[in-house]
Amino acid sequence: MASVQLKNVCKKYPNGYEAVKDFNLDIQDKEFIIFVGPSGCGKSTTLRMVAGLEDISSGELIIDGKVMNDVEPKDRDIAMVFQSYALYPHMSVYDNMAFSLKLKKVPKEEIDKKVRDAARILDLEKLLDRKPRALSGGQRQRVAMGRAIVRSPKVFLMDEPLSNLDAKLRGQMRVEISKLHQRLGSTIIYVTHDQTEAMTLGTRIVVMKDGIVQQIDTPQNLYDHPCNKFVAGFIGSPQMNMIAADAVEENGEVVLKFAGQNVVLNENRAKAVKAGGYIGKKVVLGIRPEDIHDGAEALQKFAKSSFDAEIKVYEMLGASALLYFNIEETGWVASVDARTTARTGDKIRLAMDTDKIHIFDYETEKTIVD
Amino acid sequence: MNSSLERSRKIRTAGVYAFFVIGSIVMIFPFVWMFLTSFKTVEESMIIPPTILPEAYQTKNYTDAMASLPFFALYKNTALMIFWRVVCAVIFSSMAGYAFAKLNFKYKNALFSLVLIQMMLPSQIFITPQYQMLAKVGLTNSIFGLVFPGLVSAFGTFFLRQAYMGIPNEIAEAAYLDGCNQWQSFVKVMAPLTKSSMAALAVFTAVFAYGDLMWPLIVNTDLKMMTLSSGLATLRGQFATNFPVMMAGSLLAMIPMVVLYLFFQKQFIEGVAMTGGK
Repeated sequence: MASVQLKNVCKKYPNGYEAVKDFNLDIQDKEFIIFVGPSGCGKSTTLRMVAGLEDISSGELIIDGKVMNDVEPKDRDIAMVFQSYALYPHMSVYDNMAFSLKLKKVPKEEIDKKVRDAARILDLEKLLDRKPRALSGGQRQRVAMGRAIVRSPKVFLMDEPLSNLDAKLRGQMRVEISKLHQRLGSTIIYVTHDQTEAMTLGTRIVVMKDGIVQQIDTPQNLYDHPCNKFVAGFIGSPQMNMIAADAVEENGEVVLKFAGQNVVLNENRAKAVKAGGYIGKKVVLGIRPEDIHDGAEALQKFAKSSFDAEIKVYEMLGASALLYFNIEETGWVASVDARTTARTGDKIRLAMDTDKIHIFDYETEKTIVD
Repeated sequence: MNSSLERSRKIRTAGVYAFFVIGSIVMIFPFVWMFLTSFKTVEESMIIPPTILPEAYQTKNYTDAMASLPFFALYKNTALMIFWRVVCAVIFSSMAGYAFAKLNFKYKNALFSLVLIQMMLPSQIFITPQYQMLAKVGLTNSIFGLVFPGLVSAFGTFFLRQAYMGIPNEIAEAAYLDGCNQWQSFVKVMAPLTKSSMAALAVFTAVFAYGDLMWPLIVNTDLKMMTLSSGLATLRGQFATNFPVMMAGSLLAMIPMVVLYLFFQKQFIEGVAMTGGK
């Protein structure tokens, strides 16, 4: 297994379009790194540069201390799982998995052993003679994984490998991939736009937007301490509620005013807002749905950060309930206890957990305090 | 209610069947006529009103046809021409089609436009330059002469390019990552995926080559180097044609194609369906 470094990596197409700008990342051995971001953010392009399917316009790709920019893909010791699986339709499952080893002229007995080992791990033993067209989506996905495993590569690259599966299968395969990572102890770079996959699988997540890395951190840190408004909005489902607010100082307290509502900040947040010189300026207030409460205890505890809301939609999820409401024109959602009595059309009071409020710069969208 | 629905369905089915029966008769009648004429005498074949069944079945026309044409040589030449034209068209079109569909090189689009232009021009305009080229190197009256215009096929290139374009790039990329070079990726992964298109092209090329008359007639003037189609054409006299003998010869010439059809029926039908020629 191996470490991977990307140093100032850029991808510029001949038409001048910059898909990836100054990408820097140091991936440790056995890490499970996730590239996540909206469509067209450059995550797949970066993965393809690591694979060698795209040229690197500038910067360096280093695998295990060796610069790989000009090394042929087959000599980089990597394996890739494609979104469409890209199985060879005319070959059996066995041949699909054995193909790369045959090309390397590995002895037949060794190929057979490796293929059967991988098939056992992935529960494909009974399917080895079948052609890909006779397999279900999940089985094809496993064959694609098997094809990567038999090569025992230094680095696994996975390009949205689960996006063609239905929700249930996706959940199962996510667990399988996680187990596989532990079992093989391999370095994995995984591209997805599904943030559940990103949060559950990754040891670290790279959030990208418009070809620029926004933040590289552990899932928990990304969730709790997003570095800007984009990351805060992208990670988490339902996403973080946000609204522009005026920061003012009243009676020694820092208050955020929006839509006729007042939210008094706690001490450390007030200090940060003051220190940043934001008093009298516009900022963006952000709060995660689960940090908005409707219980009497919370309303009492966070009385200074409570506000009125008219419930537009009530969604019962079982373990919790979602309350949708508007603040001015902005749609907000609160994730509250399933035993809530609030229903569609009710006018109720809600409170924000003052310790969980995120505040962003209105202009730069960078986090002021979280 | 039900019975009237059933009646109208029956009428519709009967109408469809009638249409197909008439179509079949129109298609089959020339062959039946050819078969029956091949047993008639010259006089009977010209009689008005014509007779349908011959008065007496006589096989003399067949022996005459065999005597006036070197059938063995014609079969051999036709088979060789078809074989080489099919092999060359499939191999070269496959390579060119792959290049146009999956590789990036300078002037790719301009070169492909040339291929398309060649497809649009009537093939007759190439006959003179092609003949001159062959005549200069002394290759008229040879098998190569017969095969020459079919060495590469603009239609085949276009047809297989479409087939390759239908294969996702990711498959080629997977092969590339698995350790294939360009040639291995073509031979081991991409080409096998276009097998059905190749078979369709092979069938088309074979049928076209079998029916090709003008070029074989021009390039090979020696009767022993002719194909079935051009050989048969020599049976036509300038002033009078012995139709029964010609029909007998035509029937003999049909045999290989019928046999081929019986073996490759599936590919024939697939080929027609794939090229939109149905």
